[in-house]
Amino acid sequence: MDIGNILSTALTQAFGPSALMLIIAAIGLNVQFGYAGLLNFGQAGFMAVGAYGLAVTVVTFGQNFWIGVLAALAAPVVLALVLGAPTLRLRADYLAIATIAAAEILRLVFGAVETKEVFGGSNGLNGYAGTFQDLNPYDAGIDLGFVSYSRNDLWAITVGWTIVLLTCLLVWLLMRSPWGRVLKAIREDEDAVRSLGKNVYWYKMQALMLGGLIGGIAGLFHALRQASTVPSDFSTNITFYAYTALLIGGAARVLGPVIGGIIFWFLLSGLGATFSQLTSGPGPNLPTWIMDGTQSSLVRFIVTGIALMLLMIYRPQGIFGDRRELAIDGR
Amino acid sequence: MVPRFIALLVLLATLLIPTAAMASTTSPAPTGSPSPTGEGAPPAVDGPAVTINLTDRSNLDAEGNPTPVAGVTLTVVDAAGTEVGEGVTGEDGRAVIPVEERGQHTVRIEEDTLPEGISLDEDTPREVTVNVILDGPFNVAAFPIGVVEGETDSFLALFEVQLVSGIKSGLIIALAALGLSLIFGATGLTNFAHGELVTLGGIFTYMFDVTLGLGVIVGGILAVILCGAFGWAQDKALWQPLRNRGTGLIAMMIVSIGLGLALRSIYQYAIGSRRVPLSQYTTQQRQDFGIVELAWKEVAIVVIAVVAIAVVCITLMKTRMGKAMRAVSDNPALSASSGMRVDSVIRTAWILGTALAGLAGVLFTLNQQLNFQMGFKLLLMVFAAVTLGGLGTIWGALFGGLVIGIMTELGPIFGVPSSIKEVGALAILILILLIRPQGILGRRERIG
Repeated sequence: MDIGNILSTALTQAFGPSALMLIIAAIGLNVQFGYAGLLNFGQAGFMAVGAYGLAVTVVTFGQNFWIGVLAALAAPVVLALVLGAPTLRLRADYLAIATIAAAEILRLVFGAVETKEVFGGSNGLNGYAGTFQDLNPYDAGIDLGFVSYSRNDLWAITVGWTIVLLTCLLVWLLMRSPWGRVLKAIREDEDAVRSLGKNVYWYKMQALMLGGLIGGIAGLFHALRQASTVPSDFSTNITFYAYTALLIGGAARVLGPVIGGIIFWFLLSGLGATFSQLTSGPGPNLPTWIMDGTQSSLVRFIVTGIALMLLMIYRPQGIFGDRRELAIDGR
Repeated sequence: MVPRFIALLVLLATLLIPTAAMASTTSPAPTGSPSPTGEGAPPAVDGPAVTINLTDRSNLDAEGNPTPVAGVTLTVVDAAGTEVGEGVTGEDGRAVIPVEERGQHTVRIEEDTLPEGISLDEDTPREVTVNVILDGPFNVAAFPIGVVEGETDSFLALFEVQLVSGIKSGLIIALAALGLSLIFGATGLTNFAHGELVTLGGIFTYMFDVTLGLGVIVGGILAVILCGAFGWAQDKALWQPLRNRGTGLIAMMIVSIGLGLALRSIYQYAIGSRRVPLSQYTTQQRQDFGIVELAWKEVAIVVIAVVAIAVVCITLMKTRMGKAMRAVSDNPALSASSGMRVDSVIRTAWILGTALAGLAGVLFTLNQQLNFQMGFKLLLMVFAAVTLGGLGTIWGALFGGLVIGIMTELGPIFGVPSSIKEVGALAILILILLIRPQGILGRRERIG
């Protein structure tokens, strides 16, 4: 086993583009779940419509790149309206049911044989990211010894961290504004806020749209840096990666999803690299009847699921959160 | 403390037994052999790719070679179960499909894309496994299929067939929905791990049937019993302690989704991402029953589901336990103060709910094949069903399940693409939430 290699992989990953996509998605969830108490189990769906908003506009309809970006920002807001309109007046689990079902079915539609003309089937769409790549100001990649990024990744993480910075700033400004205080009050006691004459439904809708928009930006970012959009990138598991990241850092804290995302992706990549080392090569350290190469890639999902349960049971406030602030209850 | 410890042990054991038992049975599938019809230079592909020669062995040409089949879509799935590519066979019956990584891949045939009027015969496997070991299109596999002339069905005949298959899947959905509604009624928790409880029924059946060789019927019965035990164990070890701590419902929903994710991945760890068949009753000739043609196993599925639903409904209406369950679901605090043991009522709901989900899984596996995410896919239908019928109501689960099942199966003959027939269920879900959020048979106070 090569521990230096594992650490280096994990550290590179923790600040790299994949972690950034997760962090941005988790910031969106933070607005919805952390501040407004909305249970969005379909963040993957918002990410998918963001990514496909760009890809379809540019590739299928042959429009300009920037029109595609606009479409990518509009699509998740529309999705939030469609899913929020029927469910936000109801108990919390209806939103959860509608979002998880919508995310899964969107993924099926994007990958279906019958819609191949528009969405490219399971091979997805590519050839829309030229403008983004041309904007790359770097001449070469970066190698700091322990971590290194290629030229494309370096550009992607520059853009990604700028997005993280801007969205965090936006969330910080919004949540100390009167609007944010109403949102937090809705999370604590909806009826009390309603009795003060606020339109609770509309505030929740705004939070859902804002969180969905940030989720869509995460999808857009993923589509740009990967230069191809495939439906399998937006499986339901991504949503729960983002939840775990958010809960590690602490919900309802501006930097919670950022710190949580870095820690989560560091641990997950480290774990993945460890098990892949243990099971690869001739005469692997772990006998193949216990675990083979394919199974080693599943360990991360099992660990994420168990981590999500344990976090919610034993430390729902995460590292930075305040337990009193997160006594959310539905019934 | 001791019973909780035992419950934890049961929970762990039920999870580990299938994993351990199946790790030894999942030997790698044989790799595809190079094709005999190797003429024509393969097109240039950088990186790993799969080349498939699709031939029809039931139509031989003059030299006795199987004839190539053109224009059929093949889908490639990697070992983790995600679709990584697809291709359409050319005039020579060949498709070259680039994939991202080397390793074991499964190629599935999309039956809808077969030439008009023919369908696969009973002996044809629906998928082949290819081991991608080289870059470029040199990983060749032959995919011989046998076809039969499908009669060009009249609309009415097609309608009949789809209606029957809709009733069948509707009853399976209703069984799972009944379990979800029972648990919801007793605890207020929407259990997002319910789909995994459905898959658990299939996994146990597979374990008893294939690994231990007890046969499908014994395996299915044992699976339902073990699922009930799992329901007891998960309430004892997980949900009751959470209730006692006063954990909120939203927190519990997130716990349930974490449990679902973990269970689903453990299943995939154990059986891989293939569809695995049971040992018996996989293909059965359909008998003519006058109006419809049905295989005996389909008759069995319908009868078992109807009997199970009827028994549960009558139990809930007539027995003391049923009355207690309805009382707890209406008002837990009042039930407790009138001397009911709320915890044991909730425990019963978990046992019964999980056993019903397990039964749905057994029937689902019997109807199709076992797959690690079949339950999760079914869960979306179940959600649509309970929302349509009314969350927490018994008759609502039954009614909603049947409507959703029939509607998704009838969709394709009215022009809904069959690979996305679930979209209709989502449309219904959103529509019903807009116009009548409590569902057709639900009550208003349950929803706000």
